[in-house]
Amino acid sequence: MIRLLELAGRPFIIAVEESGRIMLLLFSAIAWMFRPPFRFRIIFKQMEFVGVNSIFVVMITGAFTGMVFALQSYHGFSLFGGESLVGSTVALGMTRELGPVFTALMVTGRVGSAMTAELGTMKVTEQIDALHTMSVNPIHYLVMPRIVAAILMLPVLTVVSDFIGILGGYFVGVEMLKINSGIFVAKIVEYVELEDIFNGLIKAACFGLILSLIGCYKGINTTGGAEGVGKATTQSVVLSSITIFISDYFLTSFMF
Amino acid sequence: MIELIKVCKSFKGQKVLDNLDLQIEPEKITVIIGRSGSGKSVLLKHIMGLIKPDSGQVLVNGTDTAKLNDKELNEMRKVFGMLFQDAALFDSMTVGENVAFPLKEHTKLSKKEIDEIVEEKLLAVDLKNVTHKMPSELSGGMRKRVGLARAIALNPKIVLFDEPTTGLDPIMCEGIDNLIINTQRHTKATFVVISHDIGSTFKIAHKVAMLYKGKIIKIGTPEEIRSSNNPVIKRFISRD
Repeated sequence: MIRLLELAGRPFIIAVEESGRIMLLLFSAIAWMFRPPFRFRIIFKQMEFVGVNSIFVVMITGAFTGMVFALQSYHGFSLFGGESLVGSTVALGMTRELGPVFTALMVTGRVGSAMTAELGTMKVTEQIDALHTMSVNPIHYLVMPRIVAAILMLPVLTVVSDFIGILGGYFVGVEMLKINSGIFVAKIVEYVELEDIFNGLIKAACFGLILSLIGCYKGINTTGGAEGVGKATTQSVVLSSITIFISDYFLTSFMF
Repeated sequence: MIELIKVCKSFKGQKVLDNLDLQIEPEKITVIIGRSGSGKSVLLKHIMGLIKPDSGQVLVNGTDTAKLNDKELNEMRKVFGMLFQDAALFDSMTVGENVAFPLKEHTKLSKKEIDEIVEEKLLAVDLKNVTHKMPSELSGGMRKRVGLARAIALNPKIVLFDEPTTGLDPIMCEGIDNLIINTQRHTKATFVVISHDIGSTFKIAHKVAMLYKGKIIKIGTPEEIRSSNNPVIKRFISRD
């Protein structure tokens, strides 16, 4: 019986241990943020990688999310003559929920996985040990800049996604479904408040922290050669995505 | 001076180092030999402070590295350079940037001065016109040379080598051996090499230490090791 309980409890213990180690990595990265040298160059390079290079993917995702959302909500609202609410529904949905979450998921797939693969390869080829031997702390040099860049760039990408998503909704609603453009825009102005946008951006920053922290954690703890890098990358994307969804619920219930 | 006193280390219940004692003479080349998986790399990582012993002391210039915090370890490591088995060059940087890396991190030299030192160190390892190449464009031997240039960029007092000739053809091995001998003669640094290449060991070593079952079972000059009656050593060196 005790053996059975031990077996059943082991995954829980492993999960708690892993969470603890991730939190320790976070605290360490925070401590390194305030110690010189400040690594601005690496941070800007990472911001380019996380932000600038993800814009196209985020725009495509945002545009089609807004468009399909307009299409679906139009069909729903038209049942009781509420087509005028399509604009505000799309805008609220994009700014509060779909913009931050879909942006984070796309960046997880593109950037979080790359962070794990890059750091994982560095780990298995002893490049991280080489940093240690040259008196350079890998958390300071590799992890901290990636976390800072992701926290700063996710809100920026989310603004792009929100804007393009609403534009996509406008195109479908006004140009294709023939909703009056004045009403479409007026309802957005009437119902969407600055707080909706702002809270969405806070969520995005939290998602940036989650995907970069998990991406780096899985990377610097990779073992087992090329196969290990592959496994770590998959685990990183899955764990980040799940954590984003779970934290989204709690952040939403806390903020809105 | 590097000294290991009664160092024990286990991984998942398996003892890798077992009450290991070792003294490494300064300004000499000491080669630690032993079978694959005997714990040579673990021993090297203890010296560098990358791994802490379960018990025992690792003294570098009289300081027990196991008792140092991260900041103190980073300071201590500045006297070290290390050449990894596969060179561990940074893939995302050019050869020049790799060699310049420790100089940029730990000195306030101008870009011009750093470039000059990079050229000088690359020349010291017989490499020319490779500064702008990426590590992926180099052969195994060239990568090791760049790794050595990076390891000696800050003129360290101690240089550690993790199997420097593994995976290289005999001619390339000879080149790396000569490079190690000449670099040590030139820099007067303490070189610690781990290897299972007996030919190379006897060529470069001032002292040879044999690691077996977690202990140093013999340390001496190459001649003393050659004439040892210990059956383990005899068997190991007779394979060459």
